[in-house]
Amino acid sequence: MGDGPAFFDAWRRLDTLVAHSYEASLQFPGRKVLNVKILCTAKRVPDPEIKLRVAGDGSGYVKDGVKWVVNPFDEIAVEESLRLKEKHGGEVVVVSIGPADAAQQVRQCLAMGADRGVLVKHDSEVDSDAAARAFAKIVEEEKPDLVIMGKQAVDYDSAQAAAILAELLGYGQAAYASKVTVSDDGKSVRVVREVDGGLETVDVALPGIVTADLRLNEPRYASLPSIMKAKKKPLKETTFAELGVDATPKVKSLKVAEPPARKAGQLVPDVATLVKKLHEEAKVI
Amino acid sequence: MKNVLVVAELKNGLRKITLPAITFAKQAAQKLGGQVHALVAGEGDVSAAAEELKKYGVAVIWTASSPALKNYTAEGFAKATIKAAEAAQAGIVCASATAQGRDYLPRVAASLGAGMASDIIGLDDIGGKMAFKRPMFAGNLHQWVEITTDRKVVSVRPTDFDPPAAGAPSGEVRTLDVGIDPASLKTKWVEFAEVKSERPELADARIVVSGGRGTKGPEGYKETVEVLADALGAAVGATRAIVDAGWVPNDWQVGQTGKVVAPDLYIGLGLSGAIQHIAGMAGSKVIVAVNKDPDAPIFKISDYGLVADLFKAVPELLAEIKKLS
Ligand SMILES: Cc1cc2nc3c(=O)[nH]c(=O)nc-3n(C[C@H](O)[C@H](O)[C@H](O)COP(=O)(O)OP(=O)(O)OC[C@H]3O[C@@H](n4cnc5c(N)ncnc54)[C@H](O)[C@@H]3O)c2cc1C
Ligand SMILES: Nc1ncnc2c1ncn2[C@@H]1O[C@H](COP(=O)(O)O)[C@@H](O)[C@H]1O
Repeated sequence: MGDGPAFFDAWRRLDTLVAHSYEASLQFPGRKVLNVKILCTAKRVPDPEIKLRVAGDGSGYVKDGVKWVVNPFDEIAVEESLRLKEKHGGEVVVVSIGPADAAQQVRQCLAMGADRGVLVKHDSEVDSDAAARAFAKIVEEEKPDLVIMGKQAVDYDSAQAAAILAELLGYGQAAYASKVTVSDDGKSVRVVREVDGGLETVDVALPGIVTADLRLNEPRYASLPSIMKAKKKPLKETTFAELGVDATPKVKSLKVAEPPARKAGQLVPDVATLVKKLHEEAKVI
Repeated sequence: MKNVLVVAELKNGLRKITLPAITFAKQAAQKLGGQVHALVAGEGDVSAAAEELKKYGVAVIWTASSPALKNYTAEGFAKATIKAAEAAQAGIVCASATAQGRDYLPRVAASLGAGMASDIIGLDDIGGKMAFKRPMFAGNLHQWVEITTDRKVVSVRPTDFDPPAAGAPSGEVRTLDVGIDPASLKTKWVEFAEVKSERPELADARIVVSGGRGTKGPEGYKETVEVLADALGAAVGATRAIVDAGWVPNDWQVGQTGKVVAPDLYIGLGLSGAIQHIAGMAGSKVIVAVNKDPDAPIFKISDYGLVADLFKAVPELLAEIKKLS
């Protein structure tokens, strides 16, 4: 094989014709393609920009008319999976648990570039524990090398499912990832984690679990052709019953309410007044 | 299983952020009719942290020392906590909802077959059931949950429980053999890049000065937010927008997905007050906002709002503050 610029150019052109760009093998001809199979999870959640209303019975929020999106952290997880696949080769499978309509959000992930989808159809809310137990069954079937999830689902802000899944499977975990690199031998991932006081680096043996934090990447937008193509990608539907998993939540919502509103404050005309009030009225400086 | 186990967080000794979880544990133990136990886990001699804990009215302090706990991993800490939960006969296992607590507690829950409530801000009673109050959807809504399993796991939001007052030392220290083989852990610690700072810690500072995109860049942030913070002896905070832009370290982010703070005084400079940011500071006692846009949402939750260019306002603020001393 040649390795001059012409060779590279030819390959780069060809590269645009094939679905998967194996950057690693292009840059380092002869380097082993690792083929990492990645399973990522994507939950349908209300658009974080909207205001939710308390449901009449007080046990949840009003879902009618809500604009749904892929959980922002899960979009980052999908993006990271795609980047790892583009670098190392492999496959990306997206799994979601939710009502039939959540198929839309799975399709969105397929449009970003994921290869296959699995939707565990379930109409009522499941807690992170039941979700993790369903994922555990799917991981046993799919046998991915790496599972990438969101750090938290922004509807209930629980941030539990990934660590529960890791414990159920006996895997290592690296939550709040801001950088993920697969080791040369493909046996572990090195993850930089955003924690209190700085950045921690850990190596997680594969198969293992990573959760995406905000600064891991900037998710791509799906192009129109890829949205069309996503319609034909395989999306398997299943249920808790088919998986043999009990969906009964261990954590039940008793009541939901609007938080008490903060008392409206005052506008001050200038800095001198502000400092005087902070000193004499609020007594905080 | 009436006891409540609190897992302490260590960093050069006992982290103060552990204390609010002890307050929660006392409330919960009273409801269950049990005692508060604590776990101090680390490598080598952890007795100093155990001694420190004695001041806060804990009945039993379990100390676990193992090479596997030298550096934090979720697996290692979960294993130690599970052992301690058995030894303490704990019905509830809790820790503060820090980056660590949030990380390993779900593993503890999974292993104990327990349900878990994250980030709780209150403990109430609804129809005779223990109801754990927590924020959801970036604090847009509050939720009360029941944990239906006998054993329960809880992460406690440190800003919402006052630390217990220190008293005369009491409590019994017992050693716990956790027997964790370091080689069995599938996560290996590599390194920690600390963000060093002379300023107070964001999580427990009395005053926080925070900046957003309105500070225009890392230089602008330094000249305004950091200078004002240093004049007030305050910690510094930031919005996600400028952390993402790389102006300041990620550790400074305040909000739904950053730190939750509740200082006596929170000063927001050139930040709009997005709901995800407010989620991290709405519990502050006094909120001050400086923003040039009179319609900025931050004014809706501010006690004192100043519509001004922050680059003009900060030098004036510094001059006025100087006059006070
Ligand atoms: C899932 C998710 C999680 C998130 N988590 C967080 C989080 O934890 N924390 C967080 O902060 N955000 C978070 N965000 C982002 C959040 O939605 C906002 O985008 C962000 O907080 C906005 O930052 P900002 O206020 O600095 O910028 P902007 O919204 O752009 O506001 C800048 C403000 O500066 C003012 N300004 C400009 N120039 C001047 C001047 N010279 N003088 C005075 N004022 C001036 C402007 O009027 C404006 O109000 C999250 C978003 C999502 C989707
Ligand atoms: N119903 C679900 N469908 C798909 N993914 C989920 C679901 N519930 C949880 N997850 C995944 O687990 C992560 C953490 O969720 P949680 O513990 O609910 O905050 C999310 O970011 C998702 O990646």
